[in-house]
Amino acid sequence: MPLRDFRIPEFDAPEVQLPTGELAHETTIVSMGPQHPSTHGVLRLMLKLDGESVLQVVPVIGYLHRGTEKIAEKRSYAMIVPYTDRLDYISSMYMNLGYVRAVEGLLGIEAPPRARVIRTILGELQRIASHLVWLGTFGLDLGAWTAFIYCFRERELILDLFEQICGARLTYNAIRIGGIVADLPAGWEDGLRAYLTAQEQGLRDYEGLLTGNPVFRARIEGIGVISAADALNWGLSGPSLRGSGSTFDLRKDDPYECYGEVDFHVATADSGDCLGRYEVRIQEMHESLSIIRQLLPRLQEPGEVQTKVPRVLKPPAGEFYAHVEAPRGIFGVYVVSDGSANPVRVRFRSPSFANLSALNTMCAGMKLADVVAILGSIDIVLGEVDR
Amino acid sequence: MDALRNLAHIIWYFIAAHEVLRSFVVAVCSLVFMLVIVLIAIWMERKVSADIQNRIGPIRTGGLLGFVLQSMADALKLLLKEDLRPAGADKWPFVVAPYLVFVPAFLVYLILPFSATWVPQDLKIGILFYSAVSAVPALGIAMAGWSSNNKWSLLGGLRAAAQLISYELPLGLAILAVVLLYGTLEMKGIVAAQWQHWWMDLITLPALLIFLVAGMAEVSRAPFDLPEAESELVAGFNTEYSGMRFATFFLAEFSASFFISALAVTLFVGGWSLWGVDIWFAQHVLHMDPSTWNLAAPASIPFIMKAFWFFVFLAKSFVVLWILMWLKWTMPRLRIDQVLNFGWKILLPAALLNLLLVSGIGAVLPRLSKPLTATQDVAPIHIDDSVGLAPVAQTPPPLPPLRDDVPAPGTP
Repeated sequence: MPLRDFRIPEFDAPEVQLPTGELAHETTIVSMGPQHPSTHGVLRLMLKLDGESVLQVVPVIGYLHRGTEKIAEKRSYAMIVPYTDRLDYISSMYMNLGYVRAVEGLLGIEAPPRARVIRTILGELQRIASHLVWLGTFGLDLGAWTAFIYCFRERELILDLFEQICGARLTYNAIRIGGIVADLPAGWEDGLRAYLTAQEQGLRDYEGLLTGNPVFRARIEGIGVISAADALNWGLSGPSLRGSGSTFDLRKDDPYECYGEVDFHVATADSGDCLGRYEVRIQEMHESLSIIRQLLPRLQEPGEVQTKVPRVLKPPAGEFYAHVEAPRGIFGVYVVSDGSANPVRVRFRSPSFANLSALNTMCAGMKLADVVAILGSIDIVLGEVDR
Repeated sequence: MDALRNLAHIIWYFIAAHEVLRSFVVAVCSLVFMLVIVLIAIWMERKVSADIQNRIGPIRTGGLLGFVLQSMADALKLLLKEDLRPAGADKWPFVVAPYLVFVPAFLVYLILPFSATWVPQDLKIGILFYSAVSAVPALGIAMAGWSSNNKWSLLGGLRAAAQLISYELPLGLAILAVVLLYGTLEMKGIVAAQWQHWWMDLITLPALLIFLVAGMAEVSRAPFDLPEAESELVAGFNTEYSGMRFATFFLAEFSASFFISALAVTLFVGGWSLWGVDIWFAQHVLHMDPSTWNLAAPASIPFIMKAFWFFVFLAKSFVVLWILMWLKWTMPRLRIDQVLNFGWKILLPAALLNLLLVSGIGAVLPRLSKPLTATQDVAPIHIDDSVGLAPVAQTPPPLPPLRDDVPAPGTP
């Protein structure tokens, strides 16, 4: 039985015209993924190639669609939190936070101060963990194997810390409506301090391996350039936007939890290429470490970590939109309530989806190997793209 | 017992006297040697990468014998795998391609001088033979890429064709510098010249760097592993290969990697010699008389020295191989246009410049020609004891002066 190609998308994205000259050119259409080592999951890219040059890139998504938003309409508010873990499974903590903040807004409640400090620390740890996965896989995309193992060495320490709080290492369900799952276990802060020291050495290790490496720089410098205006028009956010010179960061522009009370600066780079996005994420890890260090003394203050909420949550009829600066960009959650125990509608604005849409703009006129580098540099997670 | 021993002697001399049989024995010995080296090199790659990456590497197979058994277990696994051929594959090129890559990777071992008089097949055109044979794998890889009926394979094959052909030029020019300097194509003669004038290695140091870079590209090792580039092309030219056919590619890759290291050692790092230290050691510690040694008469050199040189050669080759692995696990992969630009715009001019430089040095060192011509006289023997078969006894001509009257560099 012949295999039917059940889905060839329309190639309606703008096509690059290469100077043809004397040589006869013939284009090839290559399907990159959904089973491909560098598409970070089950993404499929339809590539129109002229030799090794890329004329067009059309992402085909939906291979990981699980209907999370529809499922959410049939679940109570508290039952939805574990589903958000599965959106961006590299930074589940932040997915929890975004959704929980939307429900808290709907209910008009706020987490106690101690819970907010812990949430901020967990969020920044999650940001580092997520950037470490990105850094390792970005290296793999470029053929540098070693940084990957080093990144996972430190990520392991973060996962240990998370495990001590909530018992899980990937899908935490740790941030709950009105607080967090439990107070910190005894000795957790010592572990955190040990981790901070190890991470600083770790960052030096990665930078020693990659940042100054001439081959590494040659592969990412000037590749996948997108201007700040283009980036805004495509709806890019997070490091992918800040790599183009924008300083937009919700932690500064619309502070939530404890971000208004700590001192940090927003990492940016002006080049707009893969190297810019790389530098932004590396700087962000340093900033995150600094934020955690500033919040450490406040962990000494005792207090509740959970406000009283009724067993069955029935928020008043209305709607609420909450957004947080997830490691990949703006993660927005829009919840509509009709006063019953289940939401009428939950909508997730996922950063990876918007970032992925700019891929064709970034890949114009690049080589096949650059597509892999650019895809790595915008750091998508398919769980969140497809939802 | 005597009868048995006589029989063994008769067989021994029979084999030794017949070129065809002798060649066969030599070929089998070389093949076995290559396979053992590849087994060790694969294990070494895994251990070196583990060491660089903060891991332990394979520890469960073989215990202390893991350096042989681990790779054998890997090979056995591949042997038991299903041999798949894609439905749309072009059958004959697909089947032949792995062997077109493997056979040259093995053939080149025949010209390696493993020790002073141990050369499997001492061709007078030695290094030229390598240049000719090493061009064949590019064809095999391109065939594999073309016949697989897979666009990723095709891209890998095309990359291989472009890359391997581009880097053959600087590689050949780096070799040519050595040939010009020593005035011989024969591997044995090249090493003998370095044995007598260790400082000549300093002159060929730039050529060594060019050779190593071009050699890495030639055997497609990272950062030049574009033909298989797993993060871009899935597995490149060998995407559709499985089981033993894949193993053949794999074997050829490691065989070629070791050979490039060994060739670099032979041409630029003194081969089996230890830059005069070996002679000093033999003279002052073992109380031998090196002045009676003659490369043209293998019997004049004690076996222990030949064995010692053999281990020196292996040790040097593995050190160079280790450097290649170190580079592989540290460097990201280059892009195809960067690879070609580097080859044509930087490495090729550098190789030409180096050739000019070495020619100039060769011109101002005329006195060297005498001892070097003397080593060239080593060439005319046909049967030596390369695998311990030495029926022909020759009267050793006097050994050319070793160290004393060699002019220091720069002296007229």
